[in-house]
Amino acid sequence: MEFSVENGQIVSIMGPNGVGKTTLLKCMNAILRPKAGSVMVGDDDVLTLEQLEIAKRIGYVPQRCETGRLTAFDAILLGRRPYIRWKVTEHDLKLVDAAIKRLCLQDLSLRFIDEMSGGELQKVSIARALVQEPRVLLLDEPTSSLDLRNQIEIMDTVREAVTTHDVAAVLTMHDLNTALRYSDRFIFLKGGTIYAAGGSEIVTPEVIAAVYGVPVEVETHRGFPLVIPAI
Amino acid sequence: MHLADGEVPQEYLHYTGRKISAIIGGVILLILLLILSISVGAVWIPPAEVATALVSGLIERVSGLLNLSFPNPFAGQVTQMNDSIIWNIRLPQALAGIAAGLGLSVAGVAMQSILRNPLGSPYTLGISNAAAFGAAFAVMILGAGTMQSTGTSVNISNPYITTISAFAFALLATFVILGISKIRRASPEVMVLAGVALGSLFTAGTMFLQYFADDTQLAAMVFWTFGDLGRASWNELPIIAIPVILAAVYFYFNSWNYNAIDAGDETAKGLGVNVERIRLVGMLLASMVTAIVVAFLGVIGFVGLVCPHMVRRVIGDDHRFLIPGSCVAGAVLLLAADTVARVMLAPHILPVAILTAFMGAPVFLYLLVRGYARY
Repeated sequence: MEFSVENGQIVSIMGPNGVGKTTLLKCMNAILRPKAGSVMVGDDDVLTLEQLEIAKRIGYVPQRCETGRLTAFDAILLGRRPYIRWKVTEHDLKLVDAAIKRLCLQDLSLRFIDEMSGGELQKVSIARALVQEPRVLLLDEPTSSLDLRNQIEIMDTVREAVTTHDVAAVLTMHDLNTALRYSDRFIFLKGGTIYAAGGSEIVTPEVIAAVYGVPVEVETHRGFPLVIPAI
Repeated sequence: MHLADGEVPQEYLHYTGRKISAIIGGVILLILLLILSISVGAVWIPPAEVATALVSGLIERVSGLLNLSFPNPFAGQVTQMNDSIIWNIRLPQALAGIAAGLGLSVAGVAMQSILRNPLGSPYTLGISNAAAFGAAFAVMILGAGTMQSTGTSVNISNPYITTISAFAFALLATFVILGISKIRRASPEVMVLAGVALGSLFTAGTMFLQYFADDTQLAAMVFWTFGDLGRASWNELPIIAIPVILAAVYFYFNSWNYNAIDAGDETAKGLGVNVERIRLVGMLLASMVTAIVVAFLGVIGFVGLVCPHMVRRVIGDDHRFLIPGSCVAGAVLLLAADTVARVMLAPHILPVAILTAFMGAPVFLYLLVRGYARY
């Protein structure tokens, strides 16, 4: 499989459970080392780089983040770890402060992350990836386990980060309609390869029926395509 | 990236400042405790005299070492006998307590992070069981066990063979677990389970030897496992202290890596942490520190488990502060336990391990009741 992502774009990887969406994402920042292939960020093949160099280029937000007796500020400051040599600099602190403001986490900054809700924790994770100053953001199921309001807030945050910071974002998504609403491009995986890739024009009842094995109708509602199961 | 509108957050600096103050407070407490610990014993030496003797002795030794003659305003203020009690008997024992407490506690912090398990401690991996087997092996097979009874205490006739044998078996256990972890990509579950299995194996081995031992050998084996700081003199001190300090420095330099691993392996890898290598090196160092302390001083329980948890309660899970905090807390607890052990039933001296366990067990039970959820 081969695909590319432009700066300022959100690309959603979709497909049934177990098709390898998360594995693909982990291969992209070498959490898993693929046997063959390459992942280019600009002119560099990520897979030939040191883990620390990869961390300066790619920010990864996992599906679930472990918590501890750590304040949100410290948890976000952890995102500066690829740059911190020995001492935390004023620049690091300022970046974290800015990311906290960007995600409206000011009131939570000195709260412990083990006392936070799923949505708040997800925001902390995204803020941590942002202070890594990456050129690519990878998000694994950013909205699963979140309520409707938090889903919208998180996706708005991702959208804003991608636009204002001119980074590329690759997401894995289960919720077709959230993906359709926020992504610029879509990649449907089936049987270990790309079944279809492109803009919203490829989201047709035929493609979705073939990928998920469920007959659907695709309607347009307020300018966004909407997938409705036809059973 | 455009994250340029940030300011240095004063509130956060106050927050970290409080943690630093807590650690400095701990260091001051440790120094006071050191003086008190040297004061008490069969002969009471006033703390002021102890402080004078320490400063004066330090000046003399440093100027002797550098071949210079610093002026010593305290010269001749301490009697010859007190000076020799302080410098030759009580100070090495107190410093051994500080080094051992620091080492066990910092090894515990590292193990809890490496094994992702709040019950991680220097003994989780069966190192102490292996060392105890080594000691029993030396007593029984290598003939180090003819025991002399000298009034109130018993001594093993050849402590060096016992120590070397205990250390060798502790190392053997370490390398077996390292080898298994290397094959299985250093997952915490594999490490814990391998450690428990190995611990049981060595315990069974010790019981086997004990079953066939005669009375004096059995007494020597059991006596050895009682942790006792009195076994350390100036000769043993550097062998214990230098590896402990090097390991503590290594752990402190890796604070960020442990914070990252606490956030989950995937997050840590995404932040550029070589999780497997950090796990293996951390485990090797923590095991070495444990092996050295156990081989020289016997089994001193609960310091490594309880001190990190006490410090977590006070200053949280951030390893930048948790590691130095645990070093200080471990030193304070073991030194305090040793001081109490020496005065509680004077003139009898209790093995320090009994007191650390008395103090540690209730906290341990509290942790069990509180559950695994989060320390």
